[in-house]
Amino acid sequence: MRLAHQLALESEQITADMVEAAEFPDLVQRYGIRAVPHVVINGRTAFVGALPEAEFVARVLEAAGIATKPGQQS
Amino acid sequence: MLDEPTKARVRERLQALTAPVRLIHFTQELGCETCTDARLLLQDVAKLSERVQLEVYNLQLERAHAAALGIDRVPATVVANGRGARIRFLGLPVGYEFATLLEAILDVSSGHSHLQPETIARLQQIQQPIHLQVYVTPT
Repeated sequence: MRLAHQLALESEQITADMVEAAEFPDLVQRYGIRAVPHVVINGRTAFVGALPEAEFVARVLEAAGIATKPGQQS
Repeated sequence: MLDEPTKARVRERLQALTAPVRLIHFTQELGCETCTDARLLLQDVAKLSERVQLEVYNLQLERAHAAALGIDRVPATVVANGRGARIRFLGLPVGYEFATLLEAILDVSSGHSHLQPETIARLQQIQQPIHLQVYVTPT
C-alpha cells in the first residue's frame, strides 16, 4: 500500500513497512491478521482495509495522540 | 526474475528518476525461502537504471548495520535517499507490490510524496516516532 510510504516520505517521524504477510507467520499470529491490508501502528492493530488518504492520516494522528477528524484542518 | 517485456517497461519508468536512490537490501543464505528471489529481483531492477544503487548485506554478518535501520528479519529492503531511510519492504515484492516498489523508488528519487497539501500540513503536527506496518499478500 503506497500511502504509508508516502507519509514516511513527508514526515521524518514516520517509518513505513510494507510486509508480505505470508512470509512472516509469527507476525501474522502476533497481530491476528485474517484479511489484508492490515495496518499496525506502533505495534497495535489500527485498522483493516484500505482507507482514503484523509482517513488514513486521521488514524495515524490518533495513534500519535493528536485528536482529529477526517477532513479537519490542522 | 523479470521477463524482457517487463524489463522494458520498468526501464522506461525509471528514466523519470532525477536523483539517485539507494536500495539497501538485507538477505541471508539459509532459512529464507524468498531471499534468493528477492535479491535477483532487485539486481534486475538496479541494472535498469544507473540511478538505482543496490547494496546487498548479509543480515547475519551485518547485524549492527541492520539494527541501525530497524531491520531484524529478511528479506528486507530499504528505499533510501540522502534525507532518510524510512521506507521499507519486508518480503519479496512481487505482483501488485512490485508496482509499489517502483512507485517508492520514483517518489524517493523526486522527494515528492504526491499527498494532498492538507495531509502534508497535518503530518507536521507529529512530534513523536510512528511505525506503520501495512500487511499485504502477493497478488
